[in-house]
Amino acid sequence: MRETLLEISGLNVRFSGARTVHAVNDLSLSLDTGEVLTILGESGSGKSVTLKALLRLLPEKRTAIGGSMKLDGIDVMGLKGRALSDYRGKTVSMIFQEPALALDPVYTIGDQIAEAVRRHTGASRAQAMDVALDMLKRVRIPSAEQRLRNYPHEMSGGMRQRAMVALALACRPRLLLADEPTTALDATVQIQVLLLLRELQKEFGMSIIFVTHDIGVAVEISDRIAVMYAGNIVEEGSAAEIIRDPRHPYTRGLLAANLHDAERGSRLEAIPGSPPPLATKPDHCSFAPRCPHVTPACLKALPPVFRPGPRRRVACVLGERAFTTAQQVPVHEAAQ
Amino acid sequence: MLTYFIQRLVYVVPVSLGVSVFCFLLVHIAPGDPLTAVMPIDATAEQQAAMRAAYGFDKPLPVQFLVWLGNALTGDLGNSIATGRPVAGEVMRAVGNTLILAFAASLIGFSLGILFGFVAGYFKDTPVDRAVTALSITGVSVPNYWLGIVLVVIFSVTLGWLPSTGAGPGGSSAWKWDVEHLRFIILPAVTLSVVPMGIVARTVRALVGDILSQDFVTALAAKGMGRAGILRHVMRNVAPTTLSVVGLQLGYLLGGSILIETVFNWPGTGFLLSNAIFQRDLPLLQGTILVLALFFVFVNLLVDLVQPLVDPRIKRG
Ligand SMILES: Nc1ncnc2c1ncn2[C@@H]1O[C@H](COP(=O)(O)OP(=O)(O)OP(=O)(O)O)[C@@H](O)[C@H]1O
Ligand code: SF4
Ligand SMILES: [Mg+2]
Repeated sequence: MRETLLEISGLNVRFSGARTVHAVNDLSLSLDTGEVLTILGESGSGKSVTLKALLRLLPEKRTAIGGSMKLDGIDVMGLKGRALSDYRGKTVSMIFQEPALALDPVYTIGDQIAEAVRRHTGASRAQAMDVALDMLKRVRIPSAEQRLRNYPHEMSGGMRQRAMVALALACRPRLLLADEPTTALDATVQIQVLLLLRELQKEFGMSIIFVTHDIGVAVEISDRIAVMYAGNIVEEGSAAEIIRDPRHPYTRGLLAANLHDAERGSRLEAIPGSPPPLATKPDHCSFAPRCPHVTPACLKALPPVFRPGPRRRVACVLGERAFTTAQQVPVHEAAQ
Repeated sequence: MLTYFIQRLVYVVPVSLGVSVFCFLLVHIAPGDPLTAVMPIDATAEQQAAMRAAYGFDKPLPVQFLVWLGNALTGDLGNSIATGRPVAGEVMRAVGNTLILAFAASLIGFSLGILFGFVAGYFKDTPVDRAVTALSITGVSVPNYWLGIVLVVIFSVTLGWLPSTGAGPGGSSAWKWDVEHLRFIILPAVTLSVVPMGIVARTVRALVGDILSQDFVTALAAKGMGRAGILRHVMRNVAPTTLSVVGLQLGYLLGGSILIETVFNWPGTGFLLSNAIFQRDLPLLQGTILVLALFFVFVNLLVDLVQPLVDPRIKRG
């Protein structure tokens, strides 16, 4: 009983201005209702830009955006004016990395939640406050009645992120975008917020796109994982497939780096080299300069996409060989 | 909250006391004997001593201060040496006129300054922004007495639309808010408003630009807020700092401008001060400065008291 909620095809985002950045390049992605997808990738791979594109939050002037995004029957690229702001926060909403910066410092938490509720449901102030209170209870903020009247600076980091979750879910969106929502929090608080998100996701039946650097977090929370590099998805599959049977040399590198550290929560910094600057649109494999298996074919054209199973893909010339002889590409070699 | 208010109120006491010590000492720091200016050059030593005793200058300093402070507390600031009239009355009348001028100038300066600053910050780096920025830099840097003279030349001398000097048909003590009087206030008020307008516009522009670049503005858009909703948040966020800048400027305006009041013959505290200085009228000078300084303290207190009502981040309790 799969029901496709989101279908992104051929998404391109290019920033112009002081320097040109091809941040997202021909990205395609689909997501089912009730599914949790994690986008995994190094800093600068275009994760945040992809999420912002989904909410059409990129600065209009300096951004060229192309491709198509369909969500719940809505043509996201075609939205404008009132229809666009109706969509934001109602159909899709977002939580951010730094709740301290994402909340207005001079409005109370209650007002900020109630404002979104009133905007989308036309409820009265009192009704919207009731919804806000209910949401604060659902995200298990203690003494919610008092917290309603608190300003963001009067709360702890974990508490603020819970409030942000309450705000984002107050209008029961179909899709929640969570951009590294726990990175700024202490380890124990991180886990609490993750468990809470997972629980609310089940309760509300919504979908989540989760962005993180942290493989441990990705495994903990997601059904599916998409690995992103230089503005495109290089490998996608179920969480189990990606962890047990990584195909793309980049994914292998990520995992190896993480396994070597043997510690959950370590960052993806162990692959030698750095991501390409993306001043021009890639016309061959972007990972080639860092890839231990690079062949002349990798530098000639974009790698083909192999689909070794349903909803499973790998964008690498090795894809097919990797599919049949996966064991021959040793993990430690990929990590060098 | 209450503790904060009481604390602010209590702070005012030592500050005011310091201000009055300074004003009192002013007379004694100034070179020359305060009485020499008014005494006939050929006054005998006995005459001088009598005069000194009459003004209390023969007693030790602390005693003089206490007497002076006691009198000041009962509203007696001594008599003007030049006119012999009570200083308190002269100062109060001048303060009244300066208040009227300051009120008119703030109305113009603050409303336009906030408006211009907001528009410039909202449309940052567009021609509108550059125009406003150029205007406010000009406003702050052009000497305002010069601007006053230019305005007089254009609107009074050449066009003959507005009167150039004075506070209206009623003279210095009978101001009314009617057309006949308002005609007199337009030029000095506009001239006086230019600097605060420029300063407020530049501050608000920077604040709005800064707020708009913050993450929570993106987050507001992400939850579906429209342009008007976001603007409301921006206003609430720039209000506290704008308020303190406006308060500071208001303090300056209330002090009266010596140059502008002199150019326009506006009978306010600035005008009074310049007279007191030129006539070496020390009691008058002392009284005027005391009242002005206390005014400044009072306005700052007011800003401090209002601030926590607009900015929840200020520590309360
Ligand atoms: N508004 C913008 N204008 C110009 N360039 C931008 C803009 N936003 C992002 N970029 C560029 O796009 C690229 C992708 O950025 P993005 O923020 O999506 O990375 P990310 O994958 O989220 O990284 P991180 O893990 O550090 O958050 C980066 O090179 C970044 O500099
Ligand atoms: S396409 Fe070539 S360079 Fe790119 S990841 Fe695959 S093997 Fe490495
Ligand atoms: Mg990011």
